Amino acid sequence: MKAPLKWLGEYVDLTGLDAAEVAARLNVTGTELDRLIHHGVETPETVVVGRVLSAEQHPDADRLRVCQVDIGGEEPSQIVCGAPNVAQGLTVAVATVGTVMPGGMKIKKAKLRGQVSLGMICSARELGIGEEHDGILALNEALPGAEDVAPGTPLTSVLEHADEVLDLEITPNRPDCLGLYGIAREVAAATGAELRPAPWTAAGAPAAVASGTSAPGPGEDADAPDPAGDAIDGFAVEVRTPLCPRFTARLFEGVTVGPSPLWMQARLSAAGMRPINNVVDVTNYVMLVTGQPLHAFDADRVAGGTLVVREAAEGEELETLDGTTRALRAGELVIDDADGPTSLAAVMGGARSEVHEGTTRVLLEVASWDGPTIHRTAQRLSLFSEAASRNAKGLAPEQASWAQALATRLLRETVGATRVGGTIEAGTWDPNVVAPPLTVREARVERLLGAAVSRPRQTELLEALGFVVTDAEPDAPAGAGTLQVIVPAERRADVTREVDLIEEVARLGVVADLEPTLPARRRPSSARLTPRQQARRRAEDALVGRGLQEVVGWSFTDAGAAGRLGLTADDPRAAAVVLQNPLSEDQAVLRPTILVSLLDIARHNRTRGVEGLRIFETGTVFRDAPDPTRPDMPFEHTAIAALVQDDVFAAKGLLEALFSALRIENWSVEATDEVAFLHPGRAAKVLVGSGAEQVQVGLLGEVHPRVAGTWDLPRVATFLVDLDKTLPLAPESRPFRPVGQFPDARFDLAVLVPDDVTAARTVATARKAGGALLEDVAVFDAYRGKGVPEGQVSLALHVRLRAADRTLTDEEIGGTRDKIVAALAEKVGGVLRG
Amino acid sequence: MQERIAELRAAGEAAVAAATTTDQLEELRVQHLGRKAELPNLLRNVSDLPPAERGIVGKAANQARQALQAAIDARVAELAEAELDAKLVADRVDVTLPGKPEPVGGLHLLTRVRRDIEDIFLGLGFDVVEGPETETVHYNFDALNHAANHPARDPGDTFYLAPSPRLSGDIQRLLRTHTSPMQVRTMEEQDPPVAVVVPGRVYRPDSDATHTPQFHQVEGLWIDVDITLADLKGVLLSVARSIFGADRDIRLRPHFFPFTEPSVEIDVSCHLCGGTGRLRSGERCPLCKGTGWIEILGSGMVDPNVLSAVGRPEYDPERVQGFAFGMGIERIAMLRYGLTDLRTLYENDVRLLEQYA
Repeated sequence: MKAPLKWLGEYVDLTGLDAAEVAARLNVTGTELDRLIHHGVETPETVVVGRVLSAEQHPDADRLRVCQVDIGGEEPSQIVCGAPNVAQGLTVAVATVGTVMPGGMKIKKAKLRGQVSLGMICSARELGIGEEHDGILALNEALPGAEDVAPGTPLTSVLEHADEVLDLEITPNRPDCLGLYGIAREVAAATGAELRPAPWTAAGAPAAVASGTSAPGPGEDADAPDPAGDAIDGFAVEVRTPLCPRFTARLFEGVTVGPSPLWMQARLSAAGMRPINNVVDVTNYVMLVTGQPLHAFDADRVAGGTLVVREAAEGEELETLDGTTRALRAGELVIDDADGPTSLAAVMGGARSEVHEGTTRVLLEVASWDGPTIHRTAQRLSLFSEAASRNAKGLAPEQASWAQALATRLLRETVGATRVGGTIEAGTWDPNVVAPPLTVREARVERLLGAAVSRPRQTELLEALGFVVTDAEPDAPAGAGTLQVIVPAERRADVTREVDLIEEVARLGVVADLEPTLPARRRPSSARLTPRQQARRRAEDALVGRGLQEVVGWSFTDAGAAGRLGLTADDPRAAAVVLQNPLSEDQAVLRPTILVSLLDIARHNRTRGVEGLRIFETGTVFRDAPDPTRPDMPFEHTAIAALVQDDVFAAKGLLEALFSALRIENWSVEATDEVAFLHPGRAAKVLVGSGAEQVQVGLLGEVHPRVAGTWDLPRVATFLVDLDKTLPLAPESRPFRPVGQFPDARFDLAVLVPDDVTAARTVATARKAGGALLEDVAVFDAYRGKGVPEGQVSLALHVRLRAADRTLTDEEIGGTRDKIVAALAEKVGGVLRG
Repeated sequence: MQERIAELRAAGEAAVAAATTTDQLEELRVQHLGRKAELPNLLRNVSDLPPAERGIVGKAANQARQALQAAIDARVAELAEAELDAKLVADRVDVTLPGKPEPVGGLHLLTRVRRDIEDIFLGLGFDVVEGPETETVHYNFDALNHAANHPARDPGDTFYLAPSPRLSGDIQRLLRTHTSPMQVRTMEEQDPPVAVVVPGRVYRPDSDATHTPQFHQVEGLWIDVDITLADLKGVLLSVARSIFGADRDIRLRPHFFPFTEPSVEIDVSCHLCGGTGRLRSGERCPLCKGTGWIEILGSGMVDPNVLSAVGRPEYDPERVQGFAFGMGIERIAMLRYGLTDLRTLYENDVRLLEQYA
């Protein structure tokens, strides 16, 4: 919300406060300054009123004229001007030499095609007023009384054309601050400056107009009922939905559509709105002051003189102001006249009944709407105009009276319109139904904030914001009393409870000086990560310790990712969770596996020349299948995955480190050729436990060369582990195991086994045969080739025996060795090599 | 005979003294004391001598052999020292040459900052909990007191999931826009008092230098019978000092969030300019833009409607109260490490990541 400071100053006395001071106070009381803008000419004092004494054709340029302009000096100033409408006798705005124009251009003494030019005659747009750029601004036409102003007079003394503008961030709970008067009230409460009476009241009226003050006419005081009654001849309004609590209409005749006064155009421009014509400008101006949108119908284009507010039927069509025909949804709000829909209520007017150049009678609608309904419609149609976004907040019905009163005065004063008839009222709103006051317990304020605020101080703070406060028990001791608080209309939606009032007290009177404390009651023992959280950190640290760089990929990927991984449509991993409103096609679904992210990141790094990549990620992956713990939600789990530019054994070594860090010992792998994105001969399922307890927790393998190729990668290997399954299996601690004081006995065996016997099976056979004395057995080499018969593999086993209570004898060692050799021969067809 | 022994000893000792390498000494040992050498043979054949001579000759020969052996040993030790010294001189390397390359591993900057924040809150007595990234409208908005027309619900601000025939229930699903749903989920599970932080990934449809469609937050919640706004300030002051330095101060700036009342944004005094708004050079501080303050998080007293939405008598808003806050991990990372473009965090150029490893 843009609040031009001088305009704001009409409603609150800003004497002695500059824009930065006002912003600083607002900033620490709940209204954040987005930025401070200077609107218009940077040096407004150097723009003066001038009179064109002559305008001669430039000798060397067809489109230029050489003007002699009286700007108050002893001699006229020569100014070269390119505007087609410059002419002798015009009163104009002259940017004198030294003026800094909007955007920073500085006016210098210049020569244009050989002719000296001492300044610039300004167009309205150059002054920051509107977008008209047809020619220079003829003040004698646009500014009443300008012809009588002495040349050389600063333009600011007759027209406030430049201003400091506070661009404020208004939080969604404060639609009252989407009107300048609401901001003025905040400024008054935050700074102690005096708030002037509202411009829609009799007391506030005379000051409300910068030029041509006048006594308020009938219907121009929102606090008084309309003396003209509630009827307009020839017009009727009917509201057929509870979603429009109040609908008011007034009729104005004698309208001549044309430009609005310059002061109004200047203010609208400073507030970021484009001046359009005097009728529309009044509705916008009033909206900016009151926060309440208004809509002007051409009264002669309201068919039958009737307006009906109703909920639309599904699929109904309506042509809006912007010339677009829109299909409506059931429950959206429309306004009909006798010919059908004429307006998309509260969001956008209809083309048919729009005010146009020839309009002479205006029917002014000001209504209150159900916020969420309007919000939904505006959202669906992407029509968040200034009006729609305000109506979407659900404004107070009282605000309609404010807007009608102020608009009535401005239409009279600036358009010369005459009001005919009274104010039509429709809707269910009953002004006599008053909400009961809220109660604030003094003790509650201190209990919540941790700082005591006396009742008189609370009263003072709340009254500054327009709340009406009564001390219910004036004699109650400090800390034990209560206040009864009536909430002003414009705050009714936001302030509904005691705690909301405590917030008002806090933000204005407590927060800035609050003494920090620590909670008195604290837990008796220190907090720790859970065993699972600790295990996750250990797993990550183990990989970092092995020289892997952690990465953080996108949770999003494109719908084609599953296909690039080679997954068929019936693969569970191919069932991606789809976003309804993705930012782009590249981020349309959620990743079904971290591998997608790792491959993307690997490619990104390889194209930048990084070789020997070693990366991992811990993160969430998603699948479009019911989550076991939340059946109505998609399946998601936390996974850890690594990718190395190396072979499957490199990845397996890292996996071993991972399980070691997790203290999980009974894990194993089982070859698989059924995972589409892994090399069919170099892939495995990762399993934990044995027998019926065994669970698959992940995958290991080289990425399928076709898949790697899709990502422009050489051989890369990966493992993917579901941490949600794995972390609960990680023991919190490992019991102490003595290493044994007696020496071990070690020997190696080289054994030929058939190719289809896995190392795991050979080792398991040896282990079983080794019995109690066997401390460890592991394969340290596997060899095929010269000296090994076709179809066989030579496995080199390293065996370590140990007894806890004695040194092993040669007989024991030999006996165990023989048992192992025999078992290998019997169970796996193993033949000892020379 | 004794003369011969003396001769051999003298010759041997002279040769040993003249030897210059341990290899020569080994030769001398073989020559003078080996199996075929004269002196040991004299000793070996001493039994052949007449009994009167045996003792004298044997003793002399033995002494000579021992003396020679000692001389060799001493000389060997002497030469070995010198040879090692010489070898070490010869082995000298240029120690300024680079070390053997080791793979560089490291945690991502976001993990580093997240763990740091977790540890700070553990120290303040908060447990760490995590929650799902796909959420329901109920937990993400309704239970957090967001009005039906609150703009955060708009598709411009929230990623919604497309309806799925595979899932039961006619509900609208979304990617959580904040870690706040875990406020309600935690209170559903745990009795008060509750003090938790919730680190996690969240999503909003924004993309520019300071916004990415996914980012990370740490939610905080402390509920008990007497937790006050002043406590919020005290706890977050501790946190700000832990992160940004012991000299930091914080200020509370009133704001609006649907799920807290009152709501405040927390600014920390700028660590670059010390809160003055000016650098030593007199230039305007680029970090706080001359204000002396940097916004770091949003917070407030948990709205009674949120406590009521838990639906448990233990969380009756007349009985318990407390504060909640949410801070952006990326924001802290930017402030701490001087990052200017958030998107680089998700590009994962390892050369950049390794700078922080």
